[in-house]
Amino acid sequence: MMAVSIKKHPMPEQDPKVRAHNFNEVALGYDEETAVAEAERCLHCKVPQCRKGCPVGVNIPEFIAKIKKKDFDGAIAKIKESNSLPAICGRVCPQENQCEKYCILGIKGEPVGIGRLERFAADTEMAKDKEIKPIEYAADAQKVAVIGAGPAGLSAAGDLARLGYRVTIFEALHTAGGVLSYGIPEFPLPKDKIVKNEIANLEKLGVKIELDSVVGQLYTIDELMDEEGFDAVFVGTGAGLPHFMHIPGENLNGVYSANEFLTRSNLMKAYKFPEYGTPIRVGKSVAVVGGGNVAMDGARTALRLGAEHVYIVYRRGEEELPARKEEVHHAKEEGVEFKLLNNPVAVIGDDKGWVKAIKCIKMELGEPDESGRRSPKPVEGSEFEIPVDTVIMAIGQGPNPIVARTTPGMETNKRGNIIADDETCATTKAGVFAGGDIVTGAATVILAMGAGKKAAAAIDEYLKKKRAK
Amino acid sequence: MFKIIKKECLSPGVYRYDVEAPRIAKKTQPGQFIILRVDEVGERIPLTVADFDRDKGIITIIFQVVGASTEALAALDEGDSIMDFVGPLGKKSDVRPGIGTVVCIGGGIGVAPVYPIARGMKEAGNKVISIMGARNKDILIMEKEMADASDELLITTDDGSYGIHGFVTNALQTLIDRGEKIDVVYAIGPVVMMRSVVNVTKPLGLKTVVSLNPVMVDGTGMCGGCRVEVGGETKFACVDGPEFDGVLVDFKGLMERQGMYREQENVARDHACKIGLGRVK
Ligand SMILES: Cc1cc2nc3c(=O)[nH]c(=O)nc-3n(C[C@H](O)[C@H](O)[C@H](O)COP(=O)(O)OP(=O)(O)OC[C@H]3O[C@@H](n4cnc5c(N)ncnc54)[C@H](O)[C@@H]3O)c2cc1C
Ligand SMILES: Cc1cc2nc3c(=O)[nH]c(=O)nc-3n(C[C@H](O)[C@H](O)[C@H](O)COP(=O)(O)OP(=O)(O)OC[C@H]3O[C@@H](n4cnc5c(N)ncnc54)[C@H](O)[C@@H]3O)c2cc1C
Ligand code: SF4
Ligand code: SF4
Ligand code: FES
Repeated sequence: MMAVSIKKHPMPEQDPKVRAHNFNEVALGYDEETAVAEAERCLHCKVPQCRKGCPVGVNIPEFIAKIKKKDFDGAIAKIKESNSLPAICGRVCPQENQCEKYCILGIKGEPVGIGRLERFAADTEMAKDKEIKPIEYAADAQKVAVIGAGPAGLSAAGDLARLGYRVTIFEALHTAGGVLSYGIPEFPLPKDKIVKNEIANLEKLGVKIELDSVVGQLYTIDELMDEEGFDAVFVGTGAGLPHFMHIPGENLNGVYSANEFLTRSNLMKAYKFPEYGTPIRVGKSVAVVGGGNVAMDGARTALRLGAEHVYIVYRRGEEELPARKEEVHHAKEEGVEFKLLNNPVAVIGDDKGWVKAIKCIKMELGEPDESGRRSPKPVEGSEFEIPVDTVIMAIGQGPNPIVARTTPGMETNKRGNIIADDETCATTKAGVFAGGDIVTGAATVILAMGAGKKAAAAIDEYLKKKRAK
Repeated sequence: MFKIIKKECLSPGVYRYDVEAPRIAKKTQPGQFIILRVDEVGERIPLTVADFDRDKGIITIIFQVVGASTEALAALDEGDSIMDFVGPLGKKSDVRPGIGTVVCIGGGIGVAPVYPIARGMKEAGNKVISIMGARNKDILIMEKEMADASDELLITTDDGSYGIHGFVTNALQTLIDRGEKIDVVYAIGPVVMMRSVVNVTKPLGLKTVVSLNPVMVDGTGMCGGCRVEVGGETKFACVDGPEFDGVLVDFKGLMERQGMYREQENVARDHACKIGLGRVK
């Protein structure tokens, strides 16, 4: 057997010192030579463990084999059999917990860079500007409404269109993409190059996107089905409701939810203020509360907006940080300071209602609980203050209630998530399906996309039966 | 794109636009608002629906030029289009028959949002007494519309150039003093005005509804930027409101939060001047 490197080929990246001050993409992508060399590391296992880790079951060894043979068209075709947004997933999947976690090479060295190869295949295809033929619909094609243009909605819409349904996506915001557009910043995921491109391709295919349309306010689901002539509905409205800690001082000026901070910067392009009209305020020191991807994105955005000190305040330890490893690493390289095992107890304001500090209490990890996680406990009397002028709360999001509130018959659980069947995404209301974060709670792009795919197949089944009647 | 069918200047710096938005017009109820974005680089700004015509598919907005975004909006002409127009947002007012006597108070530009409520209340058969206030006679808007929508209309000006000399609260006090049996008060206008009204009504236990205008971004409950404290609880004005029980509102916090971007707002205005944008035609 040929000797293979035990390490992944490194990803070319912008220098941390430079990139901490710009919004350009951090990871630059493999070139052809590196991609082929990385593909050569794959053992093409008979029983590929890696596939177990991919929520949509991408045929990893086969697409990698095609990259090895420089059949890049073949590689992307293979990926797209199960993943319709590879340029996005290749960039934002938490691969170390998914496909790459199970790669056999990971036992003795580093796993194959599956995500990087996926991204390479997708970017190579995109560079070619392939023509997309619009779908020719049958005269009596049935109509499906998709609510929300996030990864779940987009993937459901794409699959349904390809199955011959006339699809209209209703999106509340003025830009499609969901979290891909308003939440995840430009530097891990470029908007014009990647997200807009994927959405434009869907439109070329024949999917209609109605922006500025808040379902529940403008139309209810019943109205879409009874008056607007939709035969089925897919709900992919995400987990867009920001949680707060309910500690004193949380409504002071300078306290943001991560959603607001990131929306101002990403969707409204406040980083280009005043050329763009939406302001954002960062100040010199910023505390970001939380340890997930959202927190990392907020912290790294704050740095890029000119903050001199950015702290991650997280109540557990390094090991427990839920963010992707790569992003934690990037954040550290760029200068984000980690204040781990600290929990905020109050935000302190000045006499004009502005944040001047965040008060925290030190935490220690106790014995593992039933779930095996060591839960943090406050150390009595250890309160201290970190002087900051901005606080960003990135402690999670819940389901937005607008759609559920206006849809009788579609049940939610006690957290407000829509109840839907694991396999079919069917809700308790006939003809209405749901998937993505609105069902699972905040999760990942690939899971949302996978749910969209499942729902599309189930909607097809449902409508076939309806036609047969 | 949403076309401006008609543009009218109501008083210096205050404009009324009829905008073609049939889908929204079909669904709007009094008390609701829209969010618009003038163009690609524009900010999302909320404006109350001042009127709607379901048959013609028209939403009317009335706005005051206060900063860069409203300036850019005012720079548009009849026939021009607004890029994004989202609505109807927020909850509708509790307009229904059998409420009794409703006092509708509009201060300054606040007359615009209170008008559809007054009209709706009257159409539902309630007795409507309206009070509208302005700094002086020249900047009074919608007097005729308000007169038509009310059984009685009181007008106050701060300088006494028209109507009662004084504030809307003076007129309200007159109603109370003459023994008018009031069932609910709607007060919409500058925060200080709404707070003053509540100061009058609270001791009397009069139900008082106010419509809040914190800084907003999405208007769908996604960002939490519009949060206000009501009765000790944090509410998102865009989805839980914009109307709230005035007695419970933390007006001080609201005012502080409204000032969050004062510095940047000045920068935006300077920028708009420099590049020659937003100069009102
Ligand atoms: C800041 C941030 C960073 C993240 N980073 C990563 C990462 O690196 N990797 C990863 O895998 N995952 C990441 N995630 C999680 C991932 O983005 C989500 O799990 C995924 O986007 C969920 O997709 P969705 O389609 O269910 O919902 P969303 O992406 O939330 O999209 C829902 C869409 O529905 C619209 N909508 C809501 N209500 C209505 C309505 N009433 N009418 C019409 N439209 C409506 C919303 O405006 C939105 O566009 C991140 C999330 C955030 C917030
Ligand atoms: C529910 C609601 C209904 C409203 N209805 C009307 C109306 O019918 N007519 C009208 O003239 N005005 C209305 N407003 C206020 C209007 O939205 C602001 O005047 C406008 O956004 C100012 O933008 P600007 O850039 O011109 O001014 P700026 O210089 O940016 O700001 C001036 C003032 O407007 C406030 N403001 C700025 N940006 C926003 C924002 N995105 N959201 C809310 N407030 C902001 C600031 O707190 C500041 O006090 C309403 C506000 C809300 C929340
Ligand atoms: S979609 Fe995500 S999990 Fe699946 S193979 Fe690609 S990078 Fe891995
Ligand atoms: S487990 Fe690793 S080595 Fe084996 S096929 Fe998958 S990627 Fe290749
Ligand atoms: S404006 Fe964003 S939650 Fe209300």
